Amino acid sequence: MGFDIDVFLQRGGGQIVARFSSGAALTALSGPSGSGKTSLLDMVAGLVRPDAGRIAVDGKVLFDSAAGVDLPPHKRHCGYVFQDYRLFPHRHVEANLLYGWQLAAPRDRWISLSEVCELLGIGHLLRRMPGALSGGEKQRVAIGRALLSGARFLLMDEPLSSLDALRRAEIMVLIERIRDDLGLPILYVSHDRNEVTRLAGQIVHLGAAHGVAFATDMSQGEQGKACA
Amino acid sequence: MTAALSTGPITAEEWGIVSLSLRVSAVSVLGAAPLGFGVAWLLARGRFAGLVVLDALVHLPLVLPPVVVGWLLLLGFGAQGPAGRLLADWGVTLMFRWTGAALASAVMAFPLMVRAMRLSIEAVDHKLEAAARTLGASRARVFATITLPLAMPGVLAGLVLGFARSLGEFGATITFVSNIPGETQTLPLAIYAALQTPDGEQAASRLALIAVGLSLAALVTSEALSRRMGANVHGL
Repeated sequence: MGFDIDVFLQRGGGQIVARFSSGAALTALSGPSGSGKTSLLDMVAGLVRPDAGRIAVDGKVLFDSAAGVDLPPHKRHCGYVFQDYRLFPHRHVEANLLYGWQLAAPRDRWISLSEVCELLGIGHLLRRMPGALSGGEKQRVAIGRALLSGARFLLMDEPLSSLDALRRAEIMVLIERIRDDLGLPILYVSHDRNEVTRLAGQIVHLGAAHGVAFATDMSQGEQGKACA
Repeated sequence: MTAALSTGPITAEEWGIVSLSLRVSAVSVLGAAPLGFGVAWLLARGRFAGLVVLDALVHLPLVLPPVVVGWLLLLGFGAQGPAGRLLADWGVTLMFRWTGAALASAVMAFPLMVRAMRLSIEAVDHKLEAAARTLGASRARVFATITLPLAMPGVLAGLVLGFARSLGEFGATITFVSNIPGETQTLPLAIYAALQTPDGEQAASRLALIAVGLSLAALVTSEALSRRMGANVHGL
């Protein structure tokens, strides 16, 4: 269960080689910038195609080059929280939140708009346009939008990096609540050691050596299983 | 030309010229819009070998002498032209008709339209489209709900710009469909005809004033739409 990843991608001058499996509630991906953390999330989301390998989440195969499986991004049920939020500027907050919800099959909707508003404290923002939100508010809306799309797992790309200390603390509490209450596996990119040790049940280090990024499993939780 | 007072109300004859001009421009722009958008999309997003050639072809009417465009249309769509003969089988004649004037205007306005549309498509952030994909939207739905709405102000600006360019079309039109009052005599052609007539200067100046007003209105509209596009794209 959890993330089962074994991928290879040749890009630019270097390669990304990542091989790990994790059953932790929250798996942190750490490593220096340029080591391919975001590319790895993009591969799990289906936005970047690995040259070879296999990606499975909770036993469901999303990509398998040997078996010829490559689900398109819109069929992966992934909740991707981007570093730059990526709210749709021409739709107000409620329409942003409901974008994925409206596309999801009714049986895939496991959370409602009012539940998301309560969880994230964004009920008062529904009529606003994204341009009128602060960074912390945008981040909450982006998380809510991902949850409402019927996501079965979450990908979070440095969700705290562009926030001030106070907002960081607030969002960190929210992420802990999502991790503990919702039962969605989370793959979480960060290079902040404190953040990672507080949130993650397992840490995967993506290190760049000789242009090759290897995922090394530095297991913390008892569920983690190293295979790199 | 009737002897009209320079301050008097617009005469029926002038209305006829203006309404023909508006009809020719509207038909040319609306007819060319779907193809224009398709080409703009290809130029903005396409990855194929002939892209440079397509780009050059699209921009050709911008740099060719309009009389050459008109002559090429005559060769292609005239009674002996391949396209002309094909259309004749369907009972359609473009030569010496207002529809031919619309075709000439469309060809001349095409580069401007495509340019504005292409810029607006290029300005749409790929990252937003990727986000929509992860939220469960197919490529077609991403286009309809993200790309097109975000590009729409630029697309509309392209239409208005094309419309303004069509209103001013002269060289290709007069070469292809001649200068026939009531059929192909649009505003610029009527001004030209008035200037060729003894004592026609007053009539020409009245028509010129109308042309200035229409063009200004089109440009102001186009500018307003472009501003809205900027606000939309940088709203994040």
